[in-house]
Amino acid sequence: MLDYVLPRYRVLRDKDECIQCGVCERSCSNGVHHVDTDLGRVTADHSKCVNCQRCVVMCPTQAIAISKWPQVGNGTNNWTLENMQDIAKQAQTGAVLLASMGNPKPYPIYWDHLLLNASQVTNPSIDPLREPMETRVFLGSRPNVLKVNEREHTISPKIPPQIKLDVPVMFGAMSFGAISLNAQKSLAMAAEELGTYFNTGEGGLHKDLERYGKNCIVQVASGRFGVDPHYLNAGAAIEIKIGQGAKPGIGGHLPGTKVNEEVSRTRMIPEGTDAISPAPHHDIYSIEDLRQLIFSIKEATRYTKPVAVKIAAVHNVAAIASGIARAGADIIVVDGFRGGTGAAPKRTRDNVGIPIELALAAVDARLHDEGIRSMVSVVASGSIRSSADIVRAIALGADAVYIGSAALIALGCHQCQDCGSGKCNWGIATQKPDLTRRLNPEIGAQRVVNLIRGWNREIQEMIGGMGINAIDSLRGNRLMLRGVGLNEKELEILGVKYAGE
Amino acid sequence: MKRIYAIESWCIDCKRCEVACRTAHSKSKDPVKAYKVEHVPGARIHVEGDQHVSIAVNCRQCPKPACVDACISGAMQRDPETGIITSDPERCVGCRTCVSECPFGCIHVESVALKCDLCGDGHGEPGEPACVAACPNRALIYVESEGCHHGE
Repeated sequence: MLDYVLPRYRVLRDKDECIQCGVCERSCSNGVHHVDTDLGRVTADHSKCVNCQRCVVMCPTQAIAISKWPQVGNGTNNWTLENMQDIAKQAQTGAVLLASMGNPKPYPIYWDHLLLNASQVTNPSIDPLREPMETRVFLGSRPNVLKVNEREHTISPKIPPQIKLDVPVMFGAMSFGAISLNAQKSLAMAAEELGTYFNTGEGGLHKDLERYGKNCIVQVASGRFGVDPHYLNAGAAIEIKIGQGAKPGIGGHLPGTKVNEEVSRTRMIPEGTDAISPAPHHDIYSIEDLRQLIFSIKEATRYTKPVAVKIAAVHNVAAIASGIARAGADIIVVDGFRGGTGAAPKRTRDNVGIPIELALAAVDARLHDEGIRSMVSVVASGSIRSSADIVRAIALGADAVYIGSAALIALGCHQCQDCGSGKCNWGIATQKPDLTRRLNPEIGAQRVVNLIRGWNREIQEMIGGMGINAIDSLRGNRLMLRGVGLNEKELEILGVKYAGE
Repeated sequence: MKRIYAIESWCIDCKRCEVACRTAHSKSKDPVKAYKVEHVPGARIHVEGDQHVSIAVNCRQCPKPACVDACISGAMQRDPETGIITSDPERCVGCRTCVSECPFGCIHVESVALKCDLCGDGHGEPGEPACVAACPNRALIYVESEGCHHGE
């Protein structure tokens, strides 16, 4: 059957610059480039290009650029080329459309409508280069009241287990299987150096990464891959994954082709079999059930580690978060609909869930209203793109944030959204040895550390400008935010005033 | 002395090192001119293998180089100060004796012997050879060698 699907990209090659060295051909796992000695030039199979930009970066003479396929649509807003191409794909294959990374649709990005405050005249701003500036964060439950016995130098009640972050950023759950061991190792090494945490995702903890256990959050998801008492105790905290922002309401599916020997051993499943995470946890059908799992895990770890519960930002997120807090979770992770994924049904990724900004504001407000905010820490995730987004998230009520996509971009990811193919040219979302080798964790860790160091410096500059010298003083401080281009309802949910107010 | 070491586990067969080497040994130091105008002879570093297993092969700068001992014209010389072995194209007769003597297959002859001269022309760290600077994955590193000290 003739395939009606058009190429998405066109490889532009500057013939004057191309030296036919073949670096592009050897760099492309999709087989786009070919040094054709008969023609005496390098040819391209445009239809195979996914715009990962590996060749663009690798080309020694900067002879390559990737452009859009020049085909125009028919000019209607309704039957766009993308809509028609999706139909062509499904008419060809009869399958569910799969996509990767975060929701790319033009929904409002509220971060870009929130402006930060700075001190002028009436209160002094603080220069982080000259004065101490605290970016340390503790995550975990806090007692409502702390009694200090000054005579005996003791406090009561006993502080529940917490984890300490030197920077208010952690690396979100990305499993070994979805990403390569070298990618996970890069994040683990970076987390150790930065004094923060990486998250195993639902794929278990590879034995080579156990030495990074004190900088690791181990995840328990619906598939329960790799979960045993040793695993639960290997990390600094445990995260129960209920949902993921990119695909709320559905589970996961790691194709058998990615389940090689190492992934099989780490996940404790047979080699070559599909790793299917069910949509729900089959033992959780209520808040009470969730409480049972939380306390089973706390028992298994002797109440020494905080337990987090991660949910996707959905319509009733605030009420659900309240239930999770009451179920005994120490940390609630809210993942917005722009959060990334290795693979999700396209219609779910593009249409399900709500923005993290609104969800975070609603959760923080609800927990405050119910007087239970100090029972839990709140972590926001789902497309944190810069240090300014972190400052906004903390001002909206987050204790810290998870980054996933941003960390992968630091490793080389160019957001081509082709993770599902397993042919990631950057050695990140693949298990093929010739591709995973492209990511040297020494370089990867260094790049991620550089990014977070830069961001932390920027956070210090921004909060210093507000006259704040500790990130704790920014948390939930929505007076430091002003909205622009938002309607009254949006301002009400975000709990911020309009610029000029 | 500092030497170039190739690390097989990180070599990804991209051969950027070869392009960088030819460019570094051109007059213009420009890859486009080096390939299209100057037609600089082949690289002095070669990536052997394929996408699955590959490694860059270039001169180890041996302390007791067989190529220097074998050279019939005196072109191949080891600098007693730096320890760097170079072949003088003016004196080389292209007899390939050095090729047969080199235990690592690091010398190529294109009318005259071509071998790594630890160029130090890279755009990376000061003194870093071009191939090391061009390697995207630290499969080539330029470090003080262990066990083989200057003058050995």
